[in-house]
Amino acid sequence: MKISILGTGLQPFGRHDGVTPIEMGVVAAHAALDDAGLGWNDIQLAFAGSLEVLQPDTMIQHMGLTGIPFTTLYNGCATGGNLLLSAANAITAGAGDIAIAVGMDKHPRGAFSVGDTLESIGLGQWYGETGLALNPQYFAMKTKRYMHDYGISETCLDLTAVKAFENGSRTDHAWRRKAIPQDEIARSAMVCDPLRKFHFCSPSEGAAAVVLCRSDVARRYATRPVELRADVFRTRRYGSFETLSPSMPVKSAPSPSVQASRAAFEMAGIGPDEIQVAQVQDTEVGHEIMHLAECGFCKDGEQEGLIRDGETKIDGRIPVNTDGGLLANGEPIGASGLRQVHEVRRQLLGRGGRNQVPGNPRTGLTHVYGFPGVSCVTVLSV
Amino acid sequence: MAKRTPIDAGLFAGSLDVPRLRGSRCRSCGETTFPAQKGCPACTAQGCEEVALGTRGLLWTWTIQHFPPPHPYAGDADNFEPFPVGYVELPDGLRVEARLLGCDAASLEIGMEMELVLEPFARDEDGHEVVTFAFQPVSS
Repeated sequence: MKISILGTGLQPFGRHDGVTPIEMGVVAAHAALDDAGLGWNDIQLAFAGSLEVLQPDTMIQHMGLTGIPFTTLYNGCATGGNLLLSAANAITAGAGDIAIAVGMDKHPRGAFSVGDTLESIGLGQWYGETGLALNPQYFAMKTKRYMHDYGISETCLDLTAVKAFENGSRTDHAWRRKAIPQDEIARSAMVCDPLRKFHFCSPSEGAAAVVLCRSDVARRYATRPVELRADVFRTRRYGSFETLSPSMPVKSAPSPSVQASRAAFEMAGIGPDEIQVAQVQDTEVGHEIMHLAECGFCKDGEQEGLIRDGETKIDGRIPVNTDGGLLANGEPIGASGLRQVHEVRRQLLGRGGRNQVPGNPRTGLTHVYGFPGVSCVTVLSV
Repeated sequence: MAKRTPIDAGLFAGSLDVPRLRGSRCRSCGETTFPAQKGCPACTAQGCEEVALGTRGLLWTWTIQHFPPPHPYAGDADNFEPFPVGYVELPDGLRVEARLLGCDAASLEIGMEMELVLEPFARDEDGHEVVTFAFQPVSS
């Protein structure tokens, strides 16, 4: 069954002192409903996800107690993608015609902690006690090896950050709206070699929501529904290099991002060369660079020339993270994947404003990746 | 010698006097995992056997941790000094993540030979030295 997106909405990402994540989820849900021209009474199925909120479905108290099934899930940084997939699957299964997916989060400042006990994420406490349970170390070490194997330069890292903050400066709802000069990025404090302060995103606060429905009823509600051509979730295979891994095999396997994007292109019946705007997981610049290849937009190592030539900028061959991505918006984990869907839909409908991709793009991709080796990829088109 | 306590006894095979990491090898497919676990992540078989891992290998990647790790870090966060971390590829077919000793950003190189050592890491409430495993460059 085909699925269409009727509306999207945000509680813009950033810092919102005194606002609870559930309140932010309510703001995003109403924005998405307004965008779709629907009311909460029209929603037949709901899905919500969050790291910090134990039961994001409690937002229903503020939306209206209509008795609908409201499911919560959490899959790390892939939560947003999986919320959309689960809502689409429920519609396909016949559970209802119109659904909403809502992601929300509100993280403390600083690097993510793994929590009080590592048992809750399947690891020994020693791993955190000895200072190894840190995502930034993994990002740095995968990037370091990739640079070594494929000749990616530190300049390529810096240019990726320049592009992110430049795009953020052109996006009214972005958190970081100030362009940062390349030399300031290159001189910023080292966090985990080779990655510096301005190479990383920060945990932030915000919410995002998407209203979706069966495509055969979409025209009743929207003049230009955006079609969800593919939505795929994959977990790691034995041999991929993942965050928070005390060991990894020498035997190698394609990453969950490679698996998910290949399957998504197959499902959509198009190739990566037909994607005209993409949002990929850019927890830091190294992973934006590697995800370009993992999602099929170039071969390993080609990013050096691609980025030097500006091809991932808004007016380039494959515009990536047009709203500034995670670097300019931060990462409220539960909401991040749905922010990507919001941004691709804006672009496909020509609502991008100052960061609109030229040439009326008709196909886009979103990609999230996170612990413990999970990835969701969607392909959208008009 | 003062009494040494491992940060987690399950990480080590045998005596700390001759430190070896305790991994597990699948009886079905032969793949090795660290720390030891019963189920095989490669082939789904259950009932892996414990093995002592090799103590020398090649540095596969590395970084320097420049900020004090958040909770539950047990090291001295108040007097924090950046420390190197890396994955060392062992002959057993796996790469083990570890703190690195005796090296820094200037001397670390992918492919350099490393050996397993114990690192005095903290003191427990009885004043005993708590040790973890680390790798250091093999002295030429």
